[in-house]
Amino acid sequence: MELTGAQIVVQALKDEGVEFVWGYPGGAVLHIYDALFQQDEVRHILVRHEQGATHAADGYARATGKVGVVLVTSGPGATNAVTGIATAHMDSIPMVILTGQVPTPVIGSDAFQEVDTVGITRPCVKHNFLVKRAEDLADTIKKAFYIAASGRPGPVVVDIPKDVTDPNIRIPYHYPDKIEMRSYNPVEKGHLGQIRKAVDMMLEAERPVIYTGGGVVLGEASDTLTELVHETGFPITNTLMGLGAYPASGPHFIGMLGMHGTYEANMAMHETDVLIAIGARFDDRVTGKIAHFCPNARIIHVDVDPASISKTVRVDVPIVGQVRNVLQDMLRVLKERPQKSDADRLKDWWDRINGWRGLQCLRYEQGSETIKPQYAVEAMYKVTKDTDFYLTSDVGQHQMFAAQFYPFEKPRRWINSGGLGTMGFGLPAAMGVQQAFPDATVACVTGEASIQMCIQELATCKQYDLPVKVVLLNNGYMGMVRQWQEFFYDGRYSHSYVDALPDFKMLAESFGHVGMRIDKPADLEDAYREAFGMKDRMVFIDVIVDPSENVYPMIEAGKGHHEMHLSPHLSSDRELA
Amino acid sequence: MRHIISVLMENEAGALSRVAGLFSARGYNIESLTVAPTEDPTLSRMTLVTTGDEAIIEQITKQLNKLVDVVKLVDLSEGAHIERELMMIKVRADQAMRDELKRLADIFRGNVIDVTDVSYTIEMTGEGHKLDAFIRVLDPELIIETVRSGPLGIARGSKRLTL
Repeated sequence: MELTGAQIVVQALKDEGVEFVWGYPGGAVLHIYDALFQQDEVRHILVRHEQGATHAADGYARATGKVGVVLVTSGPGATNAVTGIATAHMDSIPMVILTGQVPTPVIGSDAFQEVDTVGITRPCVKHNFLVKRAEDLADTIKKAFYIAASGRPGPVVVDIPKDVTDPNIRIPYHYPDKIEMRSYNPVEKGHLGQIRKAVDMMLEAERPVIYTGGGVVLGEASDTLTELVHETGFPITNTLMGLGAYPASGPHFIGMLGMHGTYEANMAMHETDVLIAIGARFDDRVTGKIAHFCPNARIIHVDVDPASISKTVRVDVPIVGQVRNVLQDMLRVLKERPQKSDADRLKDWWDRINGWRGLQCLRYEQGSETIKPQYAVEAMYKVTKDTDFYLTSDVGQHQMFAAQFYPFEKPRRWINSGGLGTMGFGLPAAMGVQQAFPDATVACVTGEASIQMCIQELATCKQYDLPVKVVLLNNGYMGMVRQWQEFFYDGRYSHSYVDALPDFKMLAESFGHVGMRIDKPADLEDAYREAFGMKDRMVFIDVIVDPSENVYPMIEAGKGHHEMHLSPHLSSDRELA
Repeated sequence: MRHIISVLMENEAGALSRVAGLFSARGYNIESLTVAPTEDPTLSRMTLVTTGDEAIIEQITKQLNKLVDVVKLVDLSEGAHIERELMMIKVRADQAMRDELKRLADIFRGNVIDVTDVSYTIEMTGEGHKLDAFIRVLDPELIIETVRSGPLGIARGSKRLTL
């Protein structure tokens, strides 16, 4: 089969099983867009800004586990995509981003819409390629998908100069079934000796904690993890990225840990003697001050990326391998052992944890006048819990309230930018999820600041009939910035008040969607029922919430897990050692 | 601690910038870096000298290994190894100084590889401290220009860094 370079790009996507491409046309990719036009297998979704394309593909990838694909033009097309690429990179999301480039003869001449895309994206991709010959397209695209999806996943950029897709040049096409790379061989199985050592340590533990992150979700290891938790009876805490890997309603779940984690999770971290870290990377928002991190613990760390192990915290038993494989081996070894964990010792540990739980650290008071943001999330849970539900989020207080108050029962249901913390992520990510699961209920929880960063995607939702529900927790402030300014800058609210807000209800209506504005607690649940009942419409719900509410518990940057600030509702703000 | 790390990498455009970018992005020290293709033209071999405590060196080697273009690497400092660096140094060599400079170069097993009526260019190889020592014995006024390759390293014995 002889194809042009542009046709090769499209055919390679078909052969890779790609359903959707999110993109935006421009000069350098016109040949590819022409090839896309002449087929109907790969569906192109036209976004309104390239950042939206990357977040949509990212949301799709997070919800499905498949590779998200983006197509943008050179220069500004590529630079607009960079925020989304970096977002995916920080959270290890498999994506392939095809960027147009100026023709090879003019590369380096500051041609129109030329940037060094490979250079600009190098620090925020898993790998990138510049394809200089049409003959290299098929192999390079195959490599890009293989690298993006294997090992520790991540985004891969393929930069394609315009002459490489020249419609006048046809070459033979062959898409490889398999690609071998001598320089890239991700580890599959964990070292059995290390796994045995870990199991020994787990059986000796008096105060164990299992701490899991996004790696369990990405590595499709939730079932195995759940089995491990039930087999051991150990308490489990998830990172922001790991929520849903173990069901929130499970008896062993002690909540999210870290800066805004629960009292019981953070205290358990502080007191644990054996920490089993799985698919988590000891991020600073999780560990707090390293010197105070798990001071009494021996640490087991399972991760597919050796560079994640002992990066910030020294560990005692490193195990490199695919999380799912390692956990399966761990379970097998555990079941073969005649001895079990000491039930009495574990009971003492659980008694202490239940004591901490008794504090009910997330408690808040919902009065009859203003809506508390926590209540806005809880009411959404009440209305949506029996639906096939996905929740995306932007970044800030609303993100933390959602993580704390929406109990996720399954993996891949909570979709947010944890590592990079990208405002503007939520709405386009929700589009990607809805595209993948047209019948599911997909909501985006956001703030009035975040939503304005990619609000133009409301038009994309209209064009493709995506009935996403936007739940805007509108407090008039960049809430998390305001919270830090209240705590650490004596209430000098420097530029955190979001003045001159649009009327979001009218704004949504002007895009052809349904808009709502709710400011009374008593009206909220009914409004949600009405909104979520509109299965085929996008509904934008502007929920006016208490502007003074803060996210608790909170560990200040540079403090340890035991030094949480608790909500003033609970008691006087105290430090507990 | 000073470490000398040898890296075998795909001889691809941009591979060097990935390594250089990694060091600057993560704030690692880099004292010197040399790179050239090997007898297998698809592979380049890089020698880099860096400093850091054990944890940092461990991260450096892991992060280097994580680069898709890196095929294999070895921290030569972990075993017996040989280091050599090449220096070319151009010195003022008027009639009065010529013999003295030639004698000094001989003592350090250097060769005079270019001569004019006012200058010598001396080529010298050795470990870095030997080259430093040669520079120290020269009157700084005499030095016109120096260029050094940075160290190359290879393990002692018959073992080799190969695919």
